[in-house]
Amino acid sequence: MIQAVDYIRVLPEIVLTLFGVAIMMVEGALPPRASRKPLGWLAFVGTLAALAATVYQAGYPGMAFFGMVRVDSFSIFFHFLIAFIAALVVLSSFEYLDAQQIRGGEYYGLILFGAVGMVLMSSAVELVLIFIALEISSISTYVLAGFRRRAPSSIESSIKYFLLGSFATAFFLYGVALIFGATGSTRIYMIAETIQGGKHSAMVFTAVALMFVGIGFKIAAAPFHVWTPDVYEGAPAPVVGLMSTAPKAAAFAVLLRIFFAAATPGWFWPVWISAALSMTLGNISALVQDNVKRLLAYSSIAHAGYLLVAFAAARDIGISAAMFYTAAYALMNVGAFAVVSHFASAGERYVTLEDYAGLGRRSPVLAATLTIFLLSLIGIPITGGFFAKFYVFSAALKSNLVWLVIIAVVNSAIAAYYYLRIIVLMYMRDAREPAPTVQNVSAPLGVALALTVAATIYLGVLPGRVLDYASRGAALLVR
Amino acid sequence: MPQNYVPIFIFIAVVAILIPLTLGIAKLVRPEKPEKAKLMPYECGVDPIGDSRQRYTVRFYIVAILFVIFDVETIFLFPWAVLYKALAWFGFIEMMIFLTILIVGYVWVWKKGALEWI
Amino acid sequence: MVPISYYLVLSAILFSLGVVGFLIKRNLITLFMSIELMLNAVNLAFVAFAWQWKSLNGQVFVFFVMVVAAAEAAVGLAIIIAVFRTRETLNVDRVNLLKL
Repeated sequence: MIQAVDYIRVLPEIVLTLFGVAIMMVEGALPPRASRKPLGWLAFVGTLAALAATVYQAGYPGMAFFGMVRVDSFSIFFHFLIAFIAALVVLSSFEYLDAQQIRGGEYYGLILFGAVGMVLMSSAVELVLIFIALEISSISTYVLAGFRRRAPSSIESSIKYFLLGSFATAFFLYGVALIFGATGSTRIYMIAETIQGGKHSAMVFTAVALMFVGIGFKIAAAPFHVWTPDVYEGAPAPVVGLMSTAPKAAAFAVLLRIFFAAATPGWFWPVWISAALSMTLGNISALVQDNVKRLLAYSSIAHAGYLLVAFAAARDIGISAAMFYTAAYALMNVGAFAVVSHFASAGERYVTLEDYAGLGRRSPVLAATLTIFLLSLIGIPITGGFFAKFYVFSAALKSNLVWLVIIAVVNSAIAAYYYLRIIVLMYMRDAREPAPTVQNVSAPLGVALALTVAATIYLGVLPGRVLDYASRGAALLVR
Repeated sequence: MPQNYVPIFIFIAVVAILIPLTLGIAKLVRPEKPEKAKLMPYECGVDPIGDSRQRYTVRFYIVAILFVIFDVETIFLFPWAVLYKALAWFGFIEMMIFLTILIVGYVWVWKKGALEWI
Repeated sequence: MVPISYYLVLSAILFSLGVVGFLIKRNLITLFMSIELMLNAVNLAFVAFAWQWKSLNGQVFVFFVMVVAAAEAAVGLAIIIAVFRTRETLNVDRVNLLKL
C-alpha cells in the first residue's frame, strides 16, 4: 500500500508541480501589462525548493508507488543536477525575456513542468512511467522552443523539434510494447530478472533497437541528430541552454538504467557505432559553422558521442564516468548558452562568429567567462571538461576499447580547433564596424554565470567528491 | 454462434423504435418557425456546401484543441469509477488532486480569454 | 480464436505505414497524423500483449498513451497554427528558414 514515505520519494516532482501550478494561477490573475519578473522569482524559489527536497529525499532511499519509482544515489545525483540547471536557466532568462520583449509567465511555468518530467525520468524504473515523464519534459520544451512567437525561425525550430521528437518517442514506445510482450513486464528490475534467465528472443533485440532510436534522438546521438542544429539555432538561447543539458541528462539516466540495470542484450555494437558517428559527424560539421548556436549544437552532438563511449565501457567504471561527464557537460553548456543569450540582444541579432570578434577588448569579463566554458568544452586541465573526458577515456581503455578511444582522442583534437577559433576571434581580432553593442550583465545573469564558472572549475580542481557520489550511485544501479 | 448476436438485434430493434418515436414527439410538441439561418446544418456559420478544403476561422481550432484535452483526460475517471469502492479514500484523494490540476488548467485557459468568442 | 501473431503483424504494418507516411508526406498535418497512427499501432500491440500475458497492465498503458497523444495533439496543432501564421503554408519543404 501507499505510505507517507512514498510521497517523500517523489517530493521534488511534487514541489516543482506545485510551483508550476502556482505560476500558472498567478499568471492568469496578473493584469496583462504587469511585469512577469515576480513569476520568474517564484520559479527560482521553486527550483531551490526542489533542490532542498532532493537533499531531504536523500535520507529516504528505496522504491515507491508499487515499484514504479526508485530513489537511490543515482537518481538523487540527477535530481540535483536537473534542479540546479533549471535554477540557472531561470536566472539567465530574466534579462533575455526583457531584451526579446517576451511577456509570458508561462515561460517559467513550462521550465518547471519540464523539470518535473526530467526529474521523474531519472527516478522512474517502469518503462511506461519513463515514457510519460519523457513526454512531460518534451512537450514543455516543444512549446519553449517556439516562445519567440513572432520570429519565424523560432516557430520553425519548434515544429521541427515537435515532429521529429514525437516521431522518436513513438519508436521508444513501440520498443516498450515489444519488451512488455517479450518479458511480460515493464518494470526494469523485473525485465532484468527475466532476461538474465536466458530468454533472448528476436523480440527483445528489436525492442532494444527501437528504444535506442527513441533515446538516441533525445540525446542527439548520430544518426538521430539531424534535428539538433536547426532546433538549437531557432529556439531562444536560454531555452537551448536548458534543452541541450537537462533533458539530455535525464535521457542519459534512462539509458544508463535500461542499459546497465536491465542488462538488455544487443547494446554494445549500436552504442559503439553511434558513439563513433556522433563524435566524428558532430566535430567535422562544427568546423564549418559560422553561427555560434549552430556550432554549439554540433558540439553538443559530439559530446553525446563522448558520453556514449562510457556506455560501451564496462559497467562499474563506465556508469560513474558517464554520470560525471553529464554533470560537467551540463554546467559548461548552460554557461556557454547563458553568455550567448546575453550577447544575442534583441531579436537574437548577434549570433554569428563575426559578431564575437573583439569581444575580449569590449567586454573582458564576459569574454573571459565564455573562454572558460570553451576551454572546458575542449577538455583543458583545471576545468570540469578535462576530468570528464579523462574518466570516460580511461574507463574505455580499461575495457580494451582501444579503437574507440583513438577515434575519441582524434576528435577532441579536431574539436579544439573550432572552440579555439572563437577564443582567437574574441581576443586577437578587431570588432567589425559597427560593433555590436554589449549591454551590462544584469545581476541574476551574473549570479548564474558566476555559479557555472565556479562549478566548472570546482569539477576541474576537486572532482573527487562528485565522482565518489557518482560511483556510489553506479554501484547501487547495477545491484 | 448466432445466439451471440441476439443482443445486437435487440439493440437494433430498440433504436428502430426509439428514434422515430422521439423525433415524432418532438415534431408534435415544438413550435415551428423556420428561417434561413436556422435551416442551415451548422448554425455557427460554416457553409456546408462547396469545397471541403475552404479555410475557416482559427477559433474553431482553439475550441477543438481545448475540447480534445479536457475530453481525453476524463478517460482516467472511468477506471477510478469502476474501482471506486476498492480504492477508497486513497483513490478519491488522488483523483481530486488530478481534477484540481485539470481545473487549474481550465481556469488559466479562461483567464487568458481562449474561451471568449470575439 | 485469432492467434496473437495476427494482431502483432497488423500492429507492425500500421506502425510501418506511419513511418513511411512520415517520411514521404509533405503536409505538416499529414505528418502529424502519421505519428498518431504509429502511436495507435503501439496501442494495438499493448492490448494484444495484455491479452497474451493475461495482465490488465497493457490495457491501462493504452489509456496513458491515448492521453499523452491527446496532449501532444493539442500542442502540435497549436504549433502548426503558429507556423501557418508566420508562413502561410503547411508544406514542410517550404518551412526552411533554418538550413537542414
